[in-house]
Amino acid sequence: MRITQGTFSFLPDLSEEQIRRQVDYALGRRWAVSVESTDDPHPRNVYWDMWDMPAFDLDDPDVVMQTVNACRRAHPDRYVKLNAFDPTSGWETVRLSFIVQRPKDEPGFCLMRLEGPGRSQRYGLRGYAAERPAGQRYPGSAW
Amino acid sequence: MTSPGRHKGSLWNTRENLIGTDNRPFTFSLPMKQDTVELPASDRTRPAKLPYDRYRSGVIPYRSMGYWQPDYVPAETDVLTLFRITPQEGVDPEEAAAAVAGESSTATWTVVWTDRLTACERYRAKAYRVDPVAGTGPGTSTPQQYFARIAYDLALFEEGSIANLTASIIGNVFGFKALRALRLEDMRLPVAYLKTFQGPPSGIVIERERLDKFGRPLLGATVKPKLGLSGKNYGRVVYEALLGGLDFVKDDENINSQPFMHWRDRFLFAMEAVNRACADTGEVKGHYLNVTAGTMENMYERAEFAKELGSVIVMIDLVVGYTAIQSMSRWARKNDMLLHLHRAGHSTYTRQKTHGVSFRVIAKWMRAAGVDHIHAGTVVGKLEGDPNIIRGIYDTLREPFTPERLPEGLFFDQDWADLRKVMPVASGGIHAGQMHQLLSYLGEDVVLQFGGGTIGHPMGIRAGATANRVALEAMVLARNEGRDIWNEGPRILQEAARHCAPLEAALETWKDVTFDYLSTDTVDFVATPTAC
Repeated sequence: MRITQGTFSFLPDLSEEQIRRQVDYALGRRWAVSVESTDDPHPRNVYWDMWDMPAFDLDDPDVVMQTVNACRRAHPDRYVKLNAFDPTSGWETVRLSFIVQRPKDEPGFCLMRLEGPGRSQRYGLRGYAAERPAGQRYPGSAW
Repeated sequence: MTSPGRHKGSLWNTRENLIGTDNRPFTFSLPMKQDTVELPASDRTRPAKLPYDRYRSGVIPYRSMGYWQPDYVPAETDVLTLFRITPQEGVDPEEAAAAVAGESSTATWTVVWTDRLTACERYRAKAYRVDPVAGTGPGTSTPQQYFARIAYDLALFEEGSIANLTASIIGNVFGFKALRALRLEDMRLPVAYLKTFQGPPSGIVIERERLDKFGRPLLGATVKPKLGLSGKNYGRVVYEALLGGLDFVKDDENINSQPFMHWRDRFLFAMEAVNRACADTGEVKGHYLNVTAGTMENMYERAEFAKELGSVIVMIDLVVGYTAIQSMSRWARKNDMLLHLHRAGHSTYTRQKTHGVSFRVIAKWMRAAGVDHIHAGTVVGKLEGDPNIIRGIYDTLREPFTPERLPEGLFFDQDWADLRKVMPVASGGIHAGQMHQLLSYLGEDVVLQFGGGTIGHPMGIRAGATANRVALEAMVLARNEGRDIWNEGPRILQEAARHCAPLEAALETWKDVTFDYLSTDTVDFVATPTAC
């Protein structure tokens, strides 16, 4: 399967140049860019591991690209995403977030069911990869 | 109320009104004499002269009753309205405006002495400005219309009650005989009043953080056919559409609990579909479960069941009424649930520009009442929507402050007092081939709903959903890269279709579909500087 979180998951994986242009767009709006990675891409897992602090007041997209690549090199088998954060009043939230690296093999999620009263069920998702300990979930480098 | 008599320069021809059907004058005295009463000089707390005429029994023009005050300067805490008034032949516009002010506040058709028991000056609405509407009146095919501005003291309204606000402002006055037609075009709700409303239970920011979806419009579709599917077949449509790439699927406004599909069946099968699709994609997905029902008790019961099944969103129809909407909004805030509002029925009073209530006013009421989603027009689809009008409505829902912008129908500065933002929903006759227009007109904080444009896809529902998602992401990517999507849109879509056969098929199937009709609701504004 292919996890389709993020703004551009239905497009072919973005090239370096495509990522750079999106970074340029974000910096042009004075958004703070940050890079995060995880080996537990459960849709409710909102706290991926931060790679360094969000970069405020940047003008040069190349600096962000260096950060992206440093994170990808350090975590070749993890999901890596790039977030752009808008600190202006009324937003104060992420305005753009897309995956810039994914593991070669994405085993996806098991849908767990618990029979409830009547015909109702309690549902839950468990990532197949998350059954293994952190750090051993996605063998094989994508980088 | 009734309006006997003919209208000559005033709504009330006083003498005629006082003639009974048998043409015999009534016996009480006529308010014709210009009396004033001298008060004792020692009484400093009362006016030196009392406008005795004002309170003599009988009928006098609204203008003379204090409802027309051209020198009134509205207070920051006043509720302000702008009405489009079409008076009957011969009715003076200032008197018509005063009558609207009177009938939407303290007045009745005749003088009542019990006014004197109140601080009536305060409770009277004040019409303070009247402007002729451009393009109407002599030399045009349209009877003369006027924009009338009226101010209402905050004390007239109960806190946190759209029902009370609307019972005052639109409660009685729209059937007034002396007016040919009347439309509430815009309102300024003061910050002091907005602070008494909850506003959207979640709002755009929290919705996006909960769904973990940023930087692009959300995608939805309404299940079709809207009537007749069994629960199991219905859930199939939900599953295919979500799996294909949509974020939401939606019950239609009239899907409640009918013989072919009881509400519990629909909820069970729809949530099976939602959870399957979440597992298959790793995304948060939702289905707007319509909890509209005949009673509040039934609505709460349905909403509770939706919550038990793990739904992120429930839906109600505008026809449930303002109080029911506010109740469901409180329920949604309490239960971490997004609240989707379908504007069922609104066109009966929002579409014709001479009479009714403009949708931007409904949008204001609904942001205050507190919904997270509201259908708000598409510009390019099959339903009514002039681009300027739609922009005014979208800004009303999404911005923290909307300045006066007459071309968009925004007649007042409106500070939203930090009420959360409502996500507008664009639905009705839109398809992937219009993606560049939709993104240009509507921006990215919107739900784009492609019902037919998903389910009618020649390769199936899942392919239809994928076509929409790919078209959307490609267009956002191109826009962010600085490309001119308005002009390059079709080329951008063709490029994206090279790696997406469903998009190629969608572009081919709907390439010539547009709904290019003249809008019935457009703005006519007088481009003169604001005096107040």
